[in-house]
Amino acid sequence: MSEKLNIEVPTMAEMIARGEEPEILFWVGCAGSYDERAQKTTRDICKILHHVGIKYAVLGTEESCTGDPAKRAGNEFLFQMQAMTNIEVLNGYNIKKIVTGCPHCFNTIKNEYPGLGGSYEVIHHTQLIQDLINEGKLKAEGGESFKGKKITYHDPCYLGRGNGIYEAPRKALEVLDAQLVEMKRCKSNGLCCGAGGAQMFKEPEKGNKDINIERIEEALETSPNIIAAGCPFCMTMLSDGVKMKEQNQNVQVLDIAEITARANGL
Amino acid sequence: MISQILFIAITLAAIALFSFNLKKVIRNIKIGKAADRTDQPQKRLMTMIRVALGQSKMVVRPIPAALHFVVYIGFVIINIEVLEIMIDGIFGTHRVFGGLGSLYNFLIGSFEILALGVWVGCAIFLIRRNILKLKRLNSPELKGWPKSDANYILITEILLMSAFLLMNAADAKLQAMGAHHYITAGSFPVSQFLQNILPASEGSLIAIERGCWWFHILGILAFLNYLPYSKHFHILFAFPNTYFSNLEPKGEFSNMQSVTNEVKAMLDPSFTPPEAEAGRFGAKDVNDLSWVNLMNAYTCTECGRCTSVCPANITGKLLSPRKIMMDTRDRMEEVGKNIDKTGAGFDDGKSLIDDYITREEIWACTSCNACVEACPINIDPLAIITDLRRYAVMEESQAPSSINAMLGNIENNGAPWKYSPADRLNWAKEN
Repeated sequence: MSEKLNIEVPTMAEMIARGEEPEILFWVGCAGSYDERAQKTTRDICKILHHVGIKYAVLGTEESCTGDPAKRAGNEFLFQMQAMTNIEVLNGYNIKKIVTGCPHCFNTIKNEYPGLGGSYEVIHHTQLIQDLINEGKLKAEGGESFKGKKITYHDPCYLGRGNGIYEAPRKALEVLDAQLVEMKRCKSNGLCCGAGGAQMFKEPEKGNKDINIERIEEALETSPNIIAAGCPFCMTMLSDGVKMKEQNQNVQVLDIAEITARANGL
Repeated sequence: MISQILFIAITLAAIALFSFNLKKVIRNIKIGKAADRTDQPQKRLMTMIRVALGQSKMVVRPIPAALHFVVYIGFVIINIEVLEIMIDGIFGTHRVFGGLGSLYNFLIGSFEILALGVWVGCAIFLIRRNILKLKRLNSPELKGWPKSDANYILITEILLMSAFLLMNAADAKLQAMGAHHYITAGSFPVSQFLQNILPASEGSLIAIERGCWWFHILGILAFLNYLPYSKHFHILFAFPNTYFSNLEPKGEFSNMQSVTNEVKAMLDPSFTPPEAEAGRFGAKDVNDLSWVNLMNAYTCTECGRCTSVCPANITGKLLSPRKIMMDTRDRMEEVGKNIDKTGAGFDDGKSLIDDYITREEIWACTSCNACVEACPINIDPLAIITDLRRYAVMEESQAPSSINAMLGNIENNGAPWKYSPADRLNWAKEN
């Protein structure tokens, strides 16, 4: 559960210079790159990739925003500028497969880039973890025990309703021998954390409650030890909510990748 | 003979009036921009069968689903009876299918049970709306006409079913008396209990039977012509609406081709964009939306499942996806009336944005797709919200200032926050 990263993270540029090709490109995303809390998840995804011996690389400084928040905010110009620039980089490196650390990047690259000339096999990191568990390459051993802990999983909109991925993150939690509890509104009926559609970057409109408070109250009703997330924006909203409810001593908000890394002592 | 001529005349007039109004509705839908929804016909057909015919998305809420199912089945099956009414009306026969014998008895018996089901279902729906005052059915956007509309529909259905049962009760009594013209046909498991409240004289019974028969058929024809003015249009539009629904993942927003051409030209000077058709980016008014958005608006039956799951609405924000659909329909009708009056191209100085839907509403959306998921007939309010945002941002540059700041950051630093692109890999270096 060390936050330190004792491994080298290879960039595409370095790999190509060595005449090598990665199996998979890890698309980190802006939150994963800059947001302190999300950086921890990013490092844990690298640790998992390293642990199972997958040859991967990141774009590093050649990565740029997918354009998702611009598109949801209505700026199609800026979105397509970003998309086409990124596609040029990705196609230039002959990328075939991408894993993202963020459902928004995942959705955008998977669904919206093909029409602009960028077709790749795109998976979210929870799907990667599910695949590794299914292949027997990843277990939950050698690390922190989650046995008997109560975990409730919050579906990110762009993973769940947006792309119908409900099972992969749950699969990653099932191997922990923990007690999984569902919130009243879950899966296709899951309630948004309040950050989507570019809300992350603005103050909410006038109302009687913040959306993340509504969501965290529901999560706390399950009296969990851990609230599991799969999205850096949800992570921010849920963590803020837990703090507002003064439950941060009792309840942890952790990404599926963090939980997996901890369970394996990475 | 006179009643036959009267019947034929009224029926033809009702069908003509409905066709006239339906044509207008289709013309209004065609105000919208082109959109291709003809791919994967088999998948579309299956979607329609599953969602509209099979009502697969209703089951999420079991109580209204069960009640709605009874009313729906009742509506569809009892309409077989309308076929007999039509034939009897035209040729002056009585219970023309009566010769089917036991099958006929079975059918009429089933209709009666279904009619009772519809009656009870509608009564419970009225109670939910007006006495229990369910939140979803008493939102601010339903004040006035939409609330009355809902009640008129339910009351009409109750009256139609009452007339049907009363007609059968009188008929059965006349059959038992051996009255002329009233052949012995049908079984009456429900209406037999109404016989006691009916008078004994043959003349009065015939008056009641005829009265209910006429009321039933005139009611149905009137109801048909009420549809174009009502939210109840969904009984027809649910089918094309689900057939033409979005088959892509909900998270995917369409890429605007007009923008693609401009961006390509910007990035690659050798690219010559094809002749662009005139039009604005995004939607200011209904004619900027696609015909699918507009058909969605006519299809909406204002059930409010969308609004009841909307995170913005739940937390007291102004946004209500149902209101987005209602506003779109209202504005479309207004534009349609303008066209009727003055021909196409008339500008009344109003628009969907600002005059109907406020900026506060469109900026409260989290694009979470809960409304789209919740709609039992695949209406997509998010597509309209997105197009309104596109207009506000790309045509007017009028977004909330923090959104503008975010957009500026992406443009300058390639990230929605103010960080240097050079620092993008710092997470890997900081130990």
